[in-house]
Amino acid sequence: MTRVYVPKDSGARSVGADAVAAAFEAAGAEVVRTGSRGLYWLEPMAEIETADGRMAFGPLAGADAASVLAGNSARGLGPVRDLPALRAQTRKLFARIGEIDPLDYGAYRAHGGEAGLRAALALSPGEVIEAIAASGLRGRGGAGFPTGIKWRTVAEAAGPEKFIVCNADEGDSGTFADRMLMEGDPFLLLEGMAIAAHAVGAAKGFIYLRSEYPDAEAALIAAIQAAPFVGGTWEGLRFDVELRIGAGAYICGEETALLESLEGKRGMARAKPPLPAIAGFMGAPTVVNNVLTLAATATILAEGPAAHAALGAGRSKGTMPFQLSGNVRRPGLYEMPFGLTLRTLVEGFGGGTATGRPVRAVQVGGPLGAYFPNALLDTPLDYEAFAAAGGMLGHGGVVVFDDTVDLARQARFAFAFCAHESCGKCTPCRIGAQRGVETIDRIVAGNDRARQRETLDDLLEVMRDGSLCALGGLTPVPVESALKWFPEDFEKEAAR
Amino acid sequence: MITDDAIREIAAAHIGVAGALTPVLVALNRRFGHVPPAAEQIVADVLNLSRADVAGAISFYSDFRTRPPGAVVVQICRSEACQAAGGDALAAHAETQLGCAFGETSGDGAATLDAVYCFGNCALAPAAAVNGRLLGRTSMTLLDAAIADAGALPE
Repeated sequence: MTRVYVPKDSGARSVGADAVAAAFEAAGAEVVRTGSRGLYWLEPMAEIETADGRMAFGPLAGADAASVLAGNSARGLGPVRDLPALRAQTRKLFARIGEIDPLDYGAYRAHGGEAGLRAALALSPGEVIEAIAASGLRGRGGAGFPTGIKWRTVAEAAGPEKFIVCNADEGDSGTFADRMLMEGDPFLLLEGMAIAAHAVGAAKGFIYLRSEYPDAEAALIAAIQAAPFVGGTWEGLRFDVELRIGAGAYICGEETALLESLEGKRGMARAKPPLPAIAGFMGAPTVVNNVLTLAATATILAEGPAAHAALGAGRSKGTMPFQLSGNVRRPGLYEMPFGLTLRTLVEGFGGGTATGRPVRAVQVGGPLGAYFPNALLDTPLDYEAFAAAGGMLGHGGVVVFDDTVDLARQARFAFAFCAHESCGKCTPCRIGAQRGVETIDRIVAGNDRARQRETLDDLLEVMRDGSLCALGGLTPVPVESALKWFPEDFEKEAAR
Repeated sequence: MITDDAIREIAAAHIGVAGALTPVLVALNRRFGHVPPAAEQIVADVLNLSRADVAGAISFYSDFRTRPPGAVVVQICRSEACQAAGGDALAAHAETQLGCAFGETSGDGAATLDAVYCFGNCALAPAAAVNGRLLGRTSMTLLDAAIADAGALPE
């Protein structure tokens, strides 16, 4: 019986992967559902097991199954290992995704899983933290804070109980790496959480998952059940994981608002200090880390920190699964060492716009990231280079816009989104975002433009300097980038 | 059936759970399609919270409806990646087709139209969902077909 691999990734399913899987089953093949390879312009994909390795096909519809099995499909892409888009990547975190059934623990172990945790448990907690520090790993959620320092702070903090909290509230538009990993390799996330628990002396972990990710929820529930190192004691480690679901609040991706939500309250941001590392969940020392950060600790412990530190650029060590989407020919997941340029990602990997029109703007880092013009496309994708250019690498999301984009409209959206998602605690964000929408509207309408621009500048300064958290604090970033790089969109003749 | 007992049972199942209010409200919203008004006092009583605490949490989170939605729930992503791929036009089309604005239920109760801020399906934008079923590369035709399948397209 021919074995066929078809993704059950929610993205692949959203364009018909289930029908493709059913068709192969009906045609007598053995179907294994996997994560997605992240080559979304080719989904729904299927991979056929042959004596020469796995052969890729896509994009497919159910009706194509017969010809694929008969060997005369026009959708053949050649061997999976030769796919140019995959060959060019450096897959560490995403190495297993698309290869195996994500919930088959035996397959996970056979493909390198559990090695990181075993290596960690052979070390003392202090040695694990040293390894993470030596690797240069920085938080992948967006802030890029050195993970080793965070874990050391929690390990050294006083308290009878400590917690690991995985921030799986991936709310930034243009980001889906966490989703793909939770759906495609959930054991890796759990392994990273267990390593963190050993390192800091925690026995309990939470995953705070956004409600917009139901497939990830199902995968995590199954993985928590199936992982032998979660629940009970394993090789001397006692570690429990509880999955908690969010309820549609972008601000709950901010770590202190997340903790409030986890504590059963409105997701309102807290002032820092105290840091969650000292007083986090229920006042206890808490590691709050992004999905990718935790997953990376498992690969780092398995391979050794030097391998991680050897990749990347400057102080941005290791690889990042960059997520490319928007108006782009080849949208998908591209895991690469830090340092390639934005142009290489957008034009080289991405193939430019889907419409064929010129790229006019690229927003990197989610809704709080800057809109970069063509002139900045040669900026290297690393934390420092982006900050120096007035942008933010964030969680690695890259959204491409063609020349039909109106940056005044995007700036207005930045304010409107902030107003919608504001927790309401601080005035600069709660009121400022709303005033920002109104001010942009007046500018676009040609209403007292010069003075409105002054008001806008003042407002942006207030929000940047006076907001309690990054939502209000960074909303000025996309707005300012729009004003700086695309001034013509704010100076147009107003429609009558 | 929405009964006080059903609400109480869900709340009581979370007694002793740290931060129980959030998972209780999520469970109620999933079970009944909304958080019934009666839940405010019942949950407060069961979890020993103030009614204001409960009301505050219900009003904070976008997912929690206080009234049942229409027979079909249509969600369209309004975030940047979907905007870049034509999401605004899709959104406008949905409003026209369903005869209601975002955040509202159509007059005949057939459909509720909601904005979502990212499904994580950005690489297959524009993204939408009909009764929880995620759609990618959503053209207006595809959306209409999905809504019709779910039974809510007006004649």
